[in-house]
Amino acid sequence: MEKFVQLSAKACPLPFSNLNTDQILPARYLKWPRSKGLGTVLFQDLRFDADGNQKKDFPLNQLLWQSAKILVAGRNFGGGSSREAAVYALYDYGFRCVIAPSFGDIFAQNAVKNGLVTAVVSDADVADMAAAVSSNPERPVTIDLDRRTIVCGDRTYAFEIDPVSRNQLLNGWDDVDLTESYRDQIVRFSIEHRARQPWAVPARAGTQVS
Amino acid sequence: MSEPQTLVDKLWSTHEVVRRDDGTSLLWVDRHYVHEGSFHAFSQMKARGRTVAEPGLTFGVADHYVPTRGRDHAIANPEIAAMVRNLEANTTESHIALFGLRDPRQGIVHVVGPEQGLTLPGLLIVCGDSHTSTHGAFGAYAFGIGASEVAHVLMTQTLWQKRPKRMRISVDGTATVGVGAKDIALAIIAHVGADGAQGHAIEFGGSTIRTLSMEGRMTLCNMSIEAGGRCGMVAPDATTFGYLKGRPYAPEGDAYDRATEAWSALASDAEARFDREITLDGNVIAPIVTWGTTPDDALPIDARVPDPSREGDPVRAKYLRDALDYMAIAPGKKLTEIPIDRVFIGSCTNSRIEDLRAAAAILAGRVSKVPGLVSPGSSSVKRQAEGEGLDRIFRDAGLEWADSGCSMCVGINGDLVPSGERCASTTNRNFRGRQGPGARTHLMSPAMVAAAAVSGHLADVRPLLAGRKP
Ligand code: SF4
Repeated sequence: MEKFVQLSAKACPLPFSNLNTDQILPARYLKWPRSKGLGTVLFQDLRFDADGNQKKDFPLNQLLWQSAKILVAGRNFGGGSSREAAVYALYDYGFRCVIAPSFGDIFAQNAVKNGLVTAVVSDADVADMAAAVSSNPERPVTIDLDRRTIVCGDRTYAFEIDPVSRNQLLNGWDDVDLTESYRDQIVRFSIEHRARQPWAVPARAGTQVS
Repeated sequence: MSEPQTLVDKLWSTHEVVRRDDGTSLLWVDRHYVHEGSFHAFSQMKARGRTVAEPGLTFGVADHYVPTRGRDHAIANPEIAAMVRNLEANTTESHIALFGLRDPRQGIVHVVGPEQGLTLPGLLIVCGDSHTSTHGAFGAYAFGIGASEVAHVLMTQTLWQKRPKRMRISVDGTATVGVGAKDIALAIIAHVGADGAQGHAIEFGGSTIRTLSMEGRMTLCNMSIEAGGRCGMVAPDATTFGYLKGRPYAPEGDAYDRATEAWSALASDAEARFDREITLDGNVIAPIVTWGTTPDDALPIDARVPDPSREGDPVRAKYLRDALDYMAIAPGKKLTEIPIDRVFIGSCTNSRIEDLRAAAAILAGRVSKVPGLVSPGSSSVKRQAEGEGLDRIFRDAGLEWADSGCSMCVGINGDLVPSGERCASTTNRNFRGRQGPGARTHLMSPAMVAAAAVSGHLADVRPLLAGRKP
């Protein structure tokens, strides 16, 4: 996973709450392999009408914001399903950080695993930043993950992020490698667990019928 | 005496392999369900040259992409066919048992797991699907995970998690006739908000919950995620043990007796403390429908939709305007005056035998004014319903009786609500475009969907129950 330490980039405001995973990546694209790149269909039904024309009033369709790497969004961003492909779509489009008052739990976990920062600030701060970037879209916003700050316009905001997630993003840690270092404990646990809770093992072996 | 513990704490500590200094725990996974959508995770695993650590604890189910009509023929859409085939190939290669398209036990993963006795009290259960919370109905710790986490579980049978906060939602009292688990779930979601339980594991309790059947508890726990909670659970009791007895993968004989003894200890201690407590009066919950584009846009059927011009908060007013606009509903309109174009009865929320019975009780001897689809939660539920003659009732009412799968809940198998149409649905998400681009969804119970079908508009089920057994 790519490390994330600091980023200065354009930020696009998306002043809607409850932008759930169905809006971020509509279900019909879930069968696309990652190699195809999911950025092209990010926010598909919000960005385009049924005929494939750009919706003028969707902020991401403004030329200035098409190269944004930061999103400034409303409450409960990424609520809904567990589809990690919603994170792939944001990442493949070029986003590296989403700023919002709150995030769906599973979305936030998926984001960390893919190097996308979820920065939590208050509703008022989101409104502030959205106004600032709207009036001055060219001016970059700076995210400092180590110091947990966002510099936007002439103000500096503190943001929150789960400390474990922050560490993981800063170091580009890989979960699987980390888990490997606990292999002995896992083996021991699984033996003891089976003895303690024999009923936890399925009463019969599975059969394969396709 | 040790510190009193909640059910969440008990389940957590019995699955904790190690805890890091930063408070993150490595948890052991007892059951892992995979479906067609898990292909990203299998790819990640293969890219690392790894194999499945515990194939015996992993079970595959074909549900998200399977056709619900014409199963005797090959799947016409090549991309969809590839998804189903891909799951078959991945599970075969990894020696994972699969309830595939042609298996008589096939169905929606959250229906099949419990039905087969794979879901048991005290287990830690994960699946790459947010509605994995369903399995918490058995007193299991069950939650949805993303593809990277699915890959991690495949490779290690463990998962890194941070302990959530604990929330107890108690509902006490006697639910009135015509009010069921779905109404209770929607009432809770309307009360706490679509993100109200974020960061929390929910335990449901109280006398109203205790009297729910396992089907009802599954509906309730299923919807935990729509309140933002990653998991919801109900402490196991005689209802739970009775449901599990004789299920194919459940313990048998002496093993069953020993298991029920262990499971009986799975309850929050009397003095246990929760980070949040919420109490609802079960006596006053009415049949509920959603009017907007998130599940907390839910109101009793006799209410009117909100009027943005009467909303003081400008942000909220804008939200209301946008939602009503998408749903094509005039501000302040009475819910019962909203006409519908079609109905759908199905999904992991409401497609079990009890749900089908509740809908059929309203539809018997009546005709639906709109077209609709009924997709049972599993092939077993389908056979059982046919044995009880429910399929006839649905067909005679003019609804289509189909095979089992996720179907019109998410539409990725091709069962879509056409753009601009309004669907009364037993599913769990009324997000914009959830049932298809431009589709408008109203969530409600199976009985309320049946009432809407025979009325042609959103309707109160209660008058239609007169003289019938609900
Ligand atoms: S029925 Fe719907 S909510 Fe349930 S698992 Fe399938 S797609 Fe998800």
